[in-house]
Amino acid sequence: MKDIAVQTKNFNLWYGDFQALFDINLSIKQGLITSMIGPSGCGKSTLLRSMNRIIDRLDYVRTTGEIHILQHDIFDPKVELVQLRKQVGMVFQRPNPLPLSIRENILFGHRIHAGGKKSTKNEEDEIVEKSLKTVLLWEKTKDRLGNSATNLSLEEQQKLCIARLLPLKPTVLLMDEPCSALDPKGTEAVEELIWTLRGEYTIIMVTHNMAQARRASDECIFMLMGELMEHSPTTDMFVTPKHEKTAAYIEGRYG
Amino acid sequence: MFEATEINIRNKRIGKGIKFSFLLMTVLLATPVLIILAVLIQKGGPMISWDFLFSDPTNGMTAGGIFPALIGTISLVIVALIASVPVGVAAAIYLSEYAKDNWLTRIINLAIINLAGVPSIVHALFGVGAFVLFFKFGTSILAASFTLAVMTLPVVIVATRESLQAVPYAFREACWNMGATRWQTIYKVVLPNAISGILTGVILEVSRTAGETAPIMFTGAAFFLPFLPQSVFDQSMALSLHLFVVSTQVPNVPEELPYGVALVLIGIVLLMNSISIAFRFYLRGKKKW
Repeated sequence: MKDIAVQTKNFNLWYGDFQALFDINLSIKQGLITSMIGPSGCGKSTLLRSMNRIIDRLDYVRTTGEIHILQHDIFDPKVELVQLRKQVGMVFQRPNPLPLSIRENILFGHRIHAGGKKSTKNEEDEIVEKSLKTVLLWEKTKDRLGNSATNLSLEEQQKLCIARLLPLKPTVLLMDEPCSALDPKGTEAVEELIWTLRGEYTIIMVTHNMAQARRASDECIFMLMGELMEHSPTTDMFVTPKHEKTAAYIEGRYG
Repeated sequence: MFEATEINIRNKRIGKGIKFSFLLMTVLLATPVLIILAVLIQKGGPMISWDFLFSDPTNGMTAGGIFPALIGTISLVIVALIASVPVGVAAAIYLSEYAKDNWLTRIINLAIINLAGVPSIVHALFGVGAFVLFFKFGTSILAASFTLAVMTLPVVIVATRESLQAVPYAFREACWNMGATRWQTIYKVVLPNAISGILTGVILEVSRTAGETAPIMFTGAAFFLPFLPQSVFDQSMALSLHLFVVSTQVPNVPEELPYGVALVLIGIVLLMNSISIAFRFYLRGKKKW
């Protein structure tokens, strides 16, 4: 039995008067890739965004229940959001590199947490090289680290967005449709990358693309109308779905 | 089968008519500016000389130069900027980056809009009450500059807030998700990308500040004072008031003199605007998203 990285207990969420999530109970295993599928508006992105409390930014959001990351309740009043977000990184649908150089993008997270303490150039070089190597971007960019990150291709930008989380040593990576802005080649490359990160990081990936969930995840969560319908190993879900709604969805009868 | 029908032709004609009338409005809009400039240059141009700019007015302001007024206007603008830019930029950052959308924020926003609409003569009276009398600055550059600062605050706030909001939300999200605090996000990402817009606002403010007459009339600008101010507690002449004075209050002023003053005044404004535009081009070339 693997350790649990993310666990929710009776988690409910309201946008104003509209309830978006109903009593979500789930346990996501450490080191695996878990994909979240379901039709638009089913609450999968909302749930994902709750896991690093970025959803708190909207002041009309209200929640009940608990979300535990590595056995710690993230809604505990003692939780420091800065520390939570270091542990739980997020990758967005649209690659959003900062309008800085490639090197500065990678070092951004490292620097904001250094508290004004300067690292030597060597240390910084090491961080940059290690992160870019992990995301398979080093060979392509090593000679132009000073170039603007926004000039990279979308695929490279998305890889960079993943790379810049790594110096923070996160345990969980949340990915909100990380490939939907990319072409098939880019998608393949990013999926491959995600697969290489498996093990070291717990990855939770929202996707609209069922084929992607199928080929690129260990476990799969199916959500519908704010409720968790099914959570099983990906191979099981796509072969023998437990719930008839799941079956209907993956066969494409609605959604 | 793809030929135009009656209706197509009619619609196209209407569209062309509309476009043309809008073009006409645009031209109409630009004409006064060009005419003003042309007249000023034609009538005031011959006045402009080294001597005119850098010597004192003489002969009861019917001859001589405008040096004290020029220096006065420059001092007023500088002090007004020092007073209003930090306040305005900070307020705009608060409103754009921190404030939640509640009744207090809405009231503040409403206040800013209304502040922009207050007639300048009312600002003048406020300046007399607040800065000249209450804070006991007396009629001085300081009081006049603060009055101008209050008057032009909305310009800075609105320009700054708009340029902050033009920075894509995705950049902020990216920072927050790496655990950056709001201030780190603002300082490292939002401000550097908004700076060109903020500067444009500031320079716009300069042109307004330089041109205003009413707010400084009772608070610090002198009718005739052919000395340079020694400190911000002195009174001083100012170009805008000087223009008013030489065109209406003093007899026997040669006709070109007011035009010369006006040309210098508008020259300063245009110069500031061109600097702003040039600077914006420069900064825009550097940013990419």
